[in-house]
Amino acid sequence: MAIVAQHSRFSKIAWPVLAWIVGLLFFFPIFWMVLTSFKTDADAVKPEYLFFFTPTLENYANMTENYDYWRFATNSVIVSVFATAFTLFVGIPSAYAMAFNPSRSTKDVLMWMLSTKMLPAAGVLYPMTFLTKNILGIFDTHFLVILVLSLINLPIVIWMLFTYFKEIPKDIIEAGKMDGVNTWGEIREILIPLAWGGIASTALLCFIFCWNEAYWTVRLTTTDAATLSKLIEGNRAPEGLFFGRLSAVSTAAVGPIVVLGWFCQKQLVQGLTFGAVK
Amino acid sequence: MGRIVLENVTKSFGDAHVIPPLDLTIEDGEFTVFVGPSGCGKSTLLRLIAGLEETTSGRIVIDDADVTEVSPSKRGLAMVFQSYALYPHMTVRKNIAFPMRMAGVPESEQEERVMAAAKSLNLVDYLDRKPGQLSGGQRQRVAIGRAIVRDPTAFLFDEPLSNLDAALRVGMRLEISEMHERMKTTMIYVTHDQVEAMTMADKIVVLQAGVIEQVGTPLELYRTPRNKFVAGFIGSPKMNFITGEEAAHYGAETIGVRPEHIQVSADSGKWTGKVSVSEHLGSDTFFHIHDTGLADTITVRADGEVSFKHGDTIHLTPREDVVHKFDAAGLRIT
Ligand SMILES: Nc1ncnc2c1ncn2[C@@H]1O[C@H](COP(=O)(O)OP(=O)(O)OP(=O)(O)O)[C@@H](O)[C@H]1O
Ligand SMILES: [Mg+2]
Repeated sequence: MAIVAQHSRFSKIAWPVLAWIVGLLFFFPIFWMVLTSFKTDADAVKPEYLFFFTPTLENYANMTENYDYWRFATNSVIVSVFATAFTLFVGIPSAYAMAFNPSRSTKDVLMWMLSTKMLPAAGVLYPMTFLTKNILGIFDTHFLVILVLSLINLPIVIWMLFTYFKEIPKDIIEAGKMDGVNTWGEIREILIPLAWGGIASTALLCFIFCWNEAYWTVRLTTTDAATLSKLIEGNRAPEGLFFGRLSAVSTAAVGPIVVLGWFCQKQLVQGLTFGAVK
Repeated sequence: MGRIVLENVTKSFGDAHVIPPLDLTIEDGEFTVFVGPSGCGKSTLLRLIAGLEETTSGRIVIDDADVTEVSPSKRGLAMVFQSYALYPHMTVRKNIAFPMRMAGVPESEQEERVMAAAKSLNLVDYLDRKPGQLSGGQRQRVAIGRAIVRDPTAFLFDEPLSNLDAALRVGMRLEISEMHERMKTTMIYVTHDQVEAMTMADKIVVLQAGVIEQVGTPLELYRTPRNKFVAGFIGSPKMNFITGEEAAHYGAETIGVRPEHIQVSADSGKWTGKVSVSEHLGSDTFFHIHDTGLADTITVRADGEVSFKHGDTIHLTPREDVVHKFDAAGLRIT
């Protein structure tokens, strides 16, 4: 008895404390970045100014005036929205087919799709650049970025949707067929409403991946289709260590997505618990 | 109309041949029941008719139209699932109206037919609830309502009552039978409960391992089972099978005597044994009798008033006119 009581008291205190420590560890770099973004470049590198400094908006003003932050932000929004929409548009029917009309090789197809994520992106960098720049002529276009973001996220999106769809009893899908619904009607009337929470979380995750993707967006764009990742990249090295400015750019780049995540969190939890009547 | 014909239909799942070549005709307006032990392919057969499974070979014909390659949504059949399979995100009203909405029925007519169905199924008070807020019996009614409003060529039921408690099951059984009397639509009903089969069916199809053992009216199956399997499957309690010398007297390998066709007596009879267990149901009494030298256990159904205790000696006399005779292959000898 005593041991049990002691044990539970220990875990009641220790686990939350541990969780807080881990949470703060993860949070600290972001917090630091946000703090630094309000410092001048000179203050930013001085340890004594870590917490106490005179805040300034200079970096942010500078960013919107000299770097055209809004153009990069608009590009990020455009490519992320369209890539997410396109990925879902292809992913939902694919996952539906695999979940409810599996063939012998469905499992293999799923594994194969995942395996494409194992190929190092750097391996195809040269052919990709050459192909898009010299042959297709779509280098630095929204179209290219949307296409690339869609394709790299499709496997994970299909996997996620597949697992969510698997939760839906097959009978309900079959009842739809018996009730005279065709495949698109089935997806629209039954599948999407029932898997709404899962689809929303998949969409959010896909959107975040698109927003944060840096490898290809940096390398396949120059100006026209350049996203916020490119803006951060551009502020990094050549002009020396402008930590204040870099932090401001980074904060402004991750800001929208953090806000979106925070806002959707409630929607998502609601979406996941609502309609859970089986 | 709703005449369904299966011609040479087979079904395999990979290497598992679930339905060997099978022929079956279901007449328009008939209440047909598929019975058989678990795993014998009843659901598979029903799903083949529904179109939810593709046939491996053979033809399915509904009202003279070959529907083998037609999708389930276009076959004009309605199905009631064991799990009810209601749409959890829709109210009862929307669930029932769903097939009509998909078929483009005008809204005023939808509403009318939903109300008519709800009235006949006692669902009027629940129309605005979600399926999650209903009892099992109510959910089953909604599922039936959703099937009725489509005005299908045939209804398919896959063990629709097996998730309900015994009392509710009897009630729903009657409701479905009444529905059939009223609508005169073809119905195919899958069950492994032979009481449901006997009480509801116009025609029973007994299946074993995908093979049709016999097709007939409930009484035909009861009176003249084609083989030992059907004889043992139809009727409750099960028919007694006796082999050996006693069977040889009848010129058979095996004889079968139903429990209700054996008279009991304390003094004299053809066979003798010792009572092992007696079950009093009020109206009837079941005796399980050992040490007869005929079979492990002989079951007898007697009047509720008859009383023997454990260990009592009991004399049994079969009704000779209803002793069933089977040959070495298990087939009926007439
Ligand atoms: N999708 C499938 N893949 C492989 N085998 C299957 C599949 N569906 C059914 N089977 C097999 O087919 C046989 C018949 O199954 P079916 O569901 O038709 O039986 P049933 O008579 O309805 O049984 P129950 O009374 O238990 O519902 C079983 O042996 C089952 O394992
Ligand atoms: Mg079954």
